[in-house]
Amino acid sequence: MDILTALLQGLPGFGGMSDQGLFITGAAVMATLMFTVMALCAIVFTWMERKVAGFIQSRYGPMRTGRWHGWAQAVADMLKILGKEDIIPAEADKGLFVFAPLVVLLGSLLAWVAVPWAPGFVAADLDLGLFFIFAASSMVVIGILMAGWASNNKWALYGAARGAAQMVSYEIPLALATIPVIMHVGSLNTQDIVIAQQGGIWHWFILRDPFLFVAFWMYFIASIAETNRGPFDMPETESELVAGYHTEYTGMRFAFFFLAEYANLFLVSLIAVFVFLGGWWSPIPGLDFAPALTFVIKGILMVFLNMWVRWTLPRVRVDQLMYLCWKVMIPVTLLCIVGSGILMITSGAVG
Amino acid sequence: MSQQLVERLQREFGDRILAATGMHGDESVTVSRQDLPLVLAHLRDQEGCEQLSDIVGVDHPERAARFEVVYLLRSYSKRHRIQVSVDAPEDEPVPTACGLYRSANWHEREVYDLFGIPFSGHPDLRRILCHHQFEGHALRKDYPIEQGQECTRPENLFSDEDIAHAARRANEMSSSPGAVVDELHPSDLLTINLGPSHPATHGALRAECLLDGETILDARTEIGYIHRCFEKEAEDHTWAQVMPYTDRLNYCSAMLNNSIYAMAVEKMFGVEATPRAQAIRVIVSELSRIIDHLVCVCTNLVDLGALTNYWYLYNVRESIYQSLEKLCGSRLTTNYARIGGMSHDLYDGFEDEIRVKLQELEQGVTDVTKLVARNRIFLDRTVGVGAISTADALNWGYTGPCLRATGLAWDLRKEAPYSGYDQYEFDIPTGTNGDTQDRIMVRMAEMVQSRRIIEQVLQKIPGGPVDLDDPRMVLPPKAQVYGSIEGVMNQFKLIFEGIQVPAGRGYGFGEGANGELGFYCISDGTGHPYRMKVRPPCFPIFSSFTSLVQGRMLPDAIATLGSLNIIAGELDR
Repeated sequence: MDILTALLQGLPGFGGMSDQGLFITGAAVMATLMFTVMALCAIVFTWMERKVAGFIQSRYGPMRTGRWHGWAQAVADMLKILGKEDIIPAEADKGLFVFAPLVVLLGSLLAWVAVPWAPGFVAADLDLGLFFIFAASSMVVIGILMAGWASNNKWALYGAARGAAQMVSYEIPLALATIPVIMHVGSLNTQDIVIAQQGGIWHWFILRDPFLFVAFWMYFIASIAETNRGPFDMPETESELVAGYHTEYTGMRFAFFFLAEYANLFLVSLIAVFVFLGGWWSPIPGLDFAPALTFVIKGILMVFLNMWVRWTLPRVRVDQLMYLCWKVMIPVTLLCIVGSGILMITSGAVG
Repeated sequence: MSQQLVERLQREFGDRILAATGMHGDESVTVSRQDLPLVLAHLRDQEGCEQLSDIVGVDHPERAARFEVVYLLRSYSKRHRIQVSVDAPEDEPVPTACGLYRSANWHEREVYDLFGIPFSGHPDLRRILCHHQFEGHALRKDYPIEQGQECTRPENLFSDEDIAHAARRANEMSSSPGAVVDELHPSDLLTINLGPSHPATHGALRAECLLDGETILDARTEIGYIHRCFEKEAEDHTWAQVMPYTDRLNYCSAMLNNSIYAMAVEKMFGVEATPRAQAIRVIVSELSRIIDHLVCVCTNLVDLGALTNYWYLYNVRESIYQSLEKLCGSRLTTNYARIGGMSHDLYDGFEDEIRVKLQELEQGVTDVTKLVARNRIFLDRTVGVGAISTADALNWGYTGPCLRATGLAWDLRKEAPYSGYDQYEFDIPTGTNGDTQDRIMVRMAEMVQSRRIIEQVLQKIPGGPVDLDDPRMVLPPKAQVYGSIEGVMNQFKLIFEGIQVPAGRGYGFGEGANGELGFYCISDGTGHPYRMKVRPPCFPIFSSFTSLVQGRMLPDAIATLGSLNIIAGELDR
């Protein structure tokens, strides 16, 4: 944000602007940028998901639209979705029904504010950055509950109830898994977390100590559940709940859910990158010529890992999902916190 | 063996066995309605007849006792089978067999639905295949075949009282002294329709589930959505014209239906197909079995969320379908077998093509086994889900892979070899718990065995003619039709009057992909079947669905449903 403000000041025509004006213009530019990145995510990742799924399933995936490996398929999909009839069921709670997709979208968009793309390049350099991300993305649960309830459809209601239970539960291991890192850094500021990992792959938190290594995988599993993707896609489970909480949604409203899903997927992958995988630092020290690019590439690799898991494993049952969260993952993440703390004390990192 | 059983019965019951006949190896005894429960109980308890395979109703409008009900029983421990028939005058009830065999419930409902024969003591005597608004009984000879009826009102399977009752029962079961238990109110329960159009039903069938949270307190099933009264259609057509209708029973394995139907009619003639035709039937039957198992396993895994396996196996299915299409012109509805032979011989190069495709199958099965066999999530989802014991399975009328999954090595290809299955070496894969995992794994193993059989047939496929040299059932060659008066006449008679199947009755059966597929045929010597009853393997299996899912969770019900492989075309006929 500061960089952006400075940049704007340098531009002809902006020099005479008041500080307030500069701030508002800067914020507007940043918000537009973030939303564009988010919309791009949905487009790029739907195409990527199809290609990855195709590769895993010994088929091609889209090959025709736009000639080169069907690159325009996602664009065509978006156009098709926009052209769909917008249906609101007669018995639905209209206000909530219309509002729900916006809440879901807002929840995932807000969280992007604190993502550290490059040194100094973050929409809002918050002291409680990581905390803010988790808090903001919790809003998604409310949107899903609203959607399921407002649809007045039993399948949607089941999906929403499952979704609420799942996302509220998995937020706990998700946040707990990052605590050892926060202990190491001593700050929740996202920039600080990345800066603390400078100096090549061995300084990344995932490889700092064994407990952090475990914590990373706990975070990874919880993040799959948090984004409602297979093998934890309980709120949707197309073979059980028809389409879960968005059964009754069509057209643009459905597209919002879709957009939010992929935006969330990228978001949790980026969090994994800046918390555990060295953020914008390249694995070999001294090769940090394009920090933002490094950051995004790492994020995409994490998304790929996520897709790989989704297309390989069967789906767990809803009670097994809860068992995994409360009886396995939370104890393990707690153990990671304790273990990492003890290692820090014994190695003299803290007095 | 079955003959001795009849003699024993005659010794035991004396004059109360009104008649005993044995035709084409099907032993049958006639008893009075009053004695029926006694005889059935004796057969079950003393003679080891664990299974009531089917109940067949027959209408004889000219007789004093208008209806006849035939019970098909089979013993798995003593390896014999017998038919018990009773006469039933119109509107006089027949005592129910529900207390002895659980499979009797749906079979009796079917007879009641299609013939209007009441069963006294039946717990739930409602229509099953026809709509509840339907009037009359379709299989009675006086019901005109062209008379359609419009039935539109859907049926709620759970009334408010049912829901209140279920809530009360759940409260009684969960109330233990000292524990704080939330009282369950009827308004806490939710009924939810699994089908008729739901992604996991794979066909038009409906199971209404009464849910407490995600737990199924009770489930009720409704079938008949694509009932077209195949059996009435068969009576309206000639024997040869029935062949294409058999395609539509289990549309995943049409070749098997064709072959077994042809075999059943040949049995009425007392002839067997030529060695080459038999070998071809074995090949196409096993290919069909592979396709059927592929469909079942794939969709079951998709229901479990393991989408990728679908492509590993479905590519093979597609490639086998291409060969079948080349062979008979269509993929799904093959209409390939003929009474007394096949519609035509294999094409050149068929053998080599199939060998390559079977290699692909092996690869696919290996890949999928690697992906799921030791996968923790898969095992958590399937082990112990929808489990059934061997004794229960027999009582419910299970046959085929679902029965073998319970641990009973029973395969009609071994037990009553037909079409030369006794020449080929193969194993009978079995499971241990009869749960979803076993059913999937048994099917996977059976595909490998089917491959083994096909490889053996391909190695020593006999030459010679495909069709029998028998003008009673096989159309004459075209040269004769155009060149001689006998040929013209023969063709004319076979086409217009139909194949003159000798009067009598016979039960032809074989190992279908889902279990015992049987055709109970009665001929009166005209060119049309007098009565044709199909024994569809998944009908009795689906009748046990409620008992398999009660008390389990909704996702378990979906896993179970997929593993039972319910094919609506065969279920509803």
